[in-house]
Amino acid sequence: MSRIPITKKQATELVKSLPVNRSVAASAARAGGSAVARRLTPSVLRAPTLPGGVEPLPVESKVGANYDTDWARSYPARAARVLLVEGVVKPAMDLLATPTVEGLDRLEDLDGRPVVFAANHHSHVDTPLLLSVIPEPWRHHLFIGAAADYFFGNRVTSTLSALVIGAIPIERTKVTRNSADQAAELLDDGWSMLIFPEGGRSPDGWGQAFRGGAAYLSLRCGVPVVPVHVEGTGRVLRKGKNVPRPSPTTVTFGTPLMPLEGEDSRKLAARIELAVAELADEASSDWWQAKRRAAAGATPSLQGPDHGAWRRTWALGDRKAGRRRPKRTWPEL
Amino acid sequence: MPRPGFVLDVDRSTPPVLFHHGEQFKLEKLPPGRSRIIYPGEPLDPLEDIDGAIHDALVNPTGDSEPLPALLRPGMKLTIAFDDISLPLPPMKRPDIRQRVIEQVLDMAAAAGVDDVHLIAALALHRRMTEDELRHAVGDRVYDAFAPHGLLYNHDAEDPDNLAFLGTTDKGEEVEINKRAAESDLLVYVNINIVSMDGGWKSTATGLSSYKSLRHHHNVKTMQHSKSFMDRHASELHSSNWRMGKVLKDSGVKVFQIETTINNNVFGTEGPMAVLQKREWEWNTKDRMSFMAMKAGLDRMSARSRRSIFQAYRAPHQLTSVQAGEVEAVHELTTANVLKQHLVPVEGQTDILTMGLPYICPYNVNSIMNPILVMCLGLGYFFNLYRGKPPVREGGVLIMSHPTPWEFHPVHHPSYIDFFEQVLSETTDPIRIEAEFEKSFAEDEWYRHLYRTSYAYHGVHPFYMWYWCSHAMQHLGQVIIVGGDVRAVRRLGFKPASTLQDALEMASDVVGRDATITHIHNPPILMADVT
Repeated sequence: MSRIPITKKQATELVKSLPVNRSVAASAARAGGSAVARRLTPSVLRAPTLPGGVEPLPVESKVGANYDTDWARSYPARAARVLLVEGVVKPAMDLLATPTVEGLDRLEDLDGRPVVFAANHHSHVDTPLLLSVIPEPWRHHLFIGAAADYFFGNRVTSTLSALVIGAIPIERTKVTRNSADQAAELLDDGWSMLIFPEGGRSPDGWGQAFRGGAAYLSLRCGVPVVPVHVEGTGRVLRKGKNVPRPSPTTVTFGTPLMPLEGEDSRKLAARIELAVAELADEASSDWWQAKRRAAAGATPSLQGPDHGAWRRTWALGDRKAGRRRPKRTWPEL
Repeated sequence: MPRPGFVLDVDRSTPPVLFHHGEQFKLEKLPPGRSRIIYPGEPLDPLEDIDGAIHDALVNPTGDSEPLPALLRPGMKLTIAFDDISLPLPPMKRPDIRQRVIEQVLDMAAAAGVDDVHLIAALALHRRMTEDELRHAVGDRVYDAFAPHGLLYNHDAEDPDNLAFLGTTDKGEEVEINKRAAESDLLVYVNINIVSMDGGWKSTATGLSSYKSLRHHHNVKTMQHSKSFMDRHASELHSSNWRMGKVLKDSGVKVFQIETTINNNVFGTEGPMAVLQKREWEWNTKDRMSFMAMKAGLDRMSARSRRSIFQAYRAPHQLTSVQAGEVEAVHELTTANVLKQHLVPVEGQTDILTMGLPYICPYNVNSIMNPILVMCLGLGYFFNLYRGKPPVREGGVLIMSHPTPWEFHPVHHPSYIDFFEQVLSETTDPIRIEAEFEKSFAEDEWYRHLYRTSYAYHGVHPFYMWYWCSHAMQHLGQVIIVGGDVRAVRRLGFKPASTLQDALEMASDVVGRDATITHIHNPPILMADVT
């Protein structure tokens, strides 16, 4: 073991004897590198200091709901997103979630017009999965309503969310005109939207009540809402987990819904929730059983039985996992 | 506004005309001054709100029928029968119109609390549909809901336990149809009318019947007296089916018929195939380039690759009308709508009729077009696409262009192989064939087994193909196939020719040197209204 050549006391004495303004050194140490930089910057370029007794102006946050995502719809950003979605997201989802996609034929009559895709929400995988299965022409002309407090918390996550998934911030803790205006403007410009009306991922595997955002935008912009049911992403990466586990998933697209005459957003939101519940029933049984239950008003709720926590978890086990379509085994001739 | 079909008189400035030639194409110059070309009408405007139109048809039925919801009640037996793989041609892009209609019928059935529902592919003696084909026709949702429970299946015309004998017509024709359909409280039939022959009582009385019943109208005599079988009022085939329909009605089978018509949008307006739907003098540079590229590519491919490409093609057919209710009233409207698309007025008959046969006919979907099917498409279907009188005079010549390969699909067409080898090597006379050979093929246990358990056409089916042509064979003086396999063409009893010019030269021996020529520019489909 090597020995230190001077004692601690000798070192302190040595520093004190150095020809340096000790108060400057102390403040520099306190304020860190930025203060040193400020001192070294010529005075005309320095940020002005605040005079005493003056109330500073409130600092407006540039992230969260205020984050401006317009740049993410510029052509270079869109091109980058296409490359990311097709080159990274889709292959990753094919490996991780091996999606079976049902009901695409129901979108046939839309002729590519803008729509709001409203899906249930189990997992962070839902967004990339839907980005990889939503068909053209919507897939690359899509923006996503993402939680402002979560996805737009700081500059890095905001930039990534806007670039990779084409997200716009949506406030989920309070009602703001800003989010709605931005979404409506984009819908009017011919963009389509993907939104999770539950407002967050399922905490226990069952759904949550649908909020009115998708319905409001549909009514305001006169665009149809496509109910979408995602099954199985909870097994891939449920809330609270960090490491995904490969598991098959099923995405079912429903018949587009248009607001009825005199329908308000609350009623339309309920109709969207019911449509997604019917799709869930269809995915767990079959179309005919689901139809019959729907006709009898007996479609199982997305929100699960109104029981205590363990019984709700227990009831989750009753739902059948997505069926795989057998491969065609016709001989080649 | 779509332009109607018309007849073009060929002159020196007429560009070469398109001939389909199986999975290939040819451009042929027709002699100016004595040739004419019958062009089909452009695709009629499709219905804009398809689901709305279907709903409207179901709740506002035609003829003496209650709306569908009023016919549905809890505890009833409901059977939905639908047309098989032979319709439409080529198969349509998803979603198939059958799926759209069946889903709406089932929606109403679910709302009415109907539990007992069966779906049956009405394929008569055609091959059974595979899972993929059924999925395409009815959609994955319906397939997954019914097929795993055995509630969606192919009709079996050889299952004695599941056939019901309903009686005989006043002409002694036996009527036997699917038992489940016969015993249901309501039989909903979902049809696609691609040509005027389809639909009406032919849907149920043929599609759901047995050999015992079919033989009364699928025979040489009936076909020779059907002039043509595309014109219901001049078709003995249809008269027989209508008599059988009466027996069905009298025996208490309640049918709610849903018929749909599609337009001539076979090759679409975009993509390399779109050029096939345009008139030759309207081909722009892009069309000519894409046609030449497509032709050069196809000519260099193997027959198998060409077949795979074409058989994978799904046509963008569009719905032009949907009507539902009582069978005969519905069918009158349907026929009128079909004719609106297909009918082209033609003045006078011709000496030589030419046609380019495409790669597909009703019996080779996802399969091989064997020589018997080539003959059936030309002499059975295309020749009979007329109203009034045939476009070619009696004793005239028919020239068809098709490679006519000596090739058969061993799974789909086993009895065709034996028919071609054993029967046609003996005789091509339909009357003799019917009398001497039909019974042994129709009652052959092996063919019956393959029909019921594999994906084979019934043993008697190649006979029906031959009978289908008997009216044309009786009418024509000579049949020439251009570019076909020489041995196969000779086996069919026809003359082979290498080029169209050779064929016209050969035809002059029968009809003279200055014979008039008419070319049918089909597909898209047209029906000549000859006066």
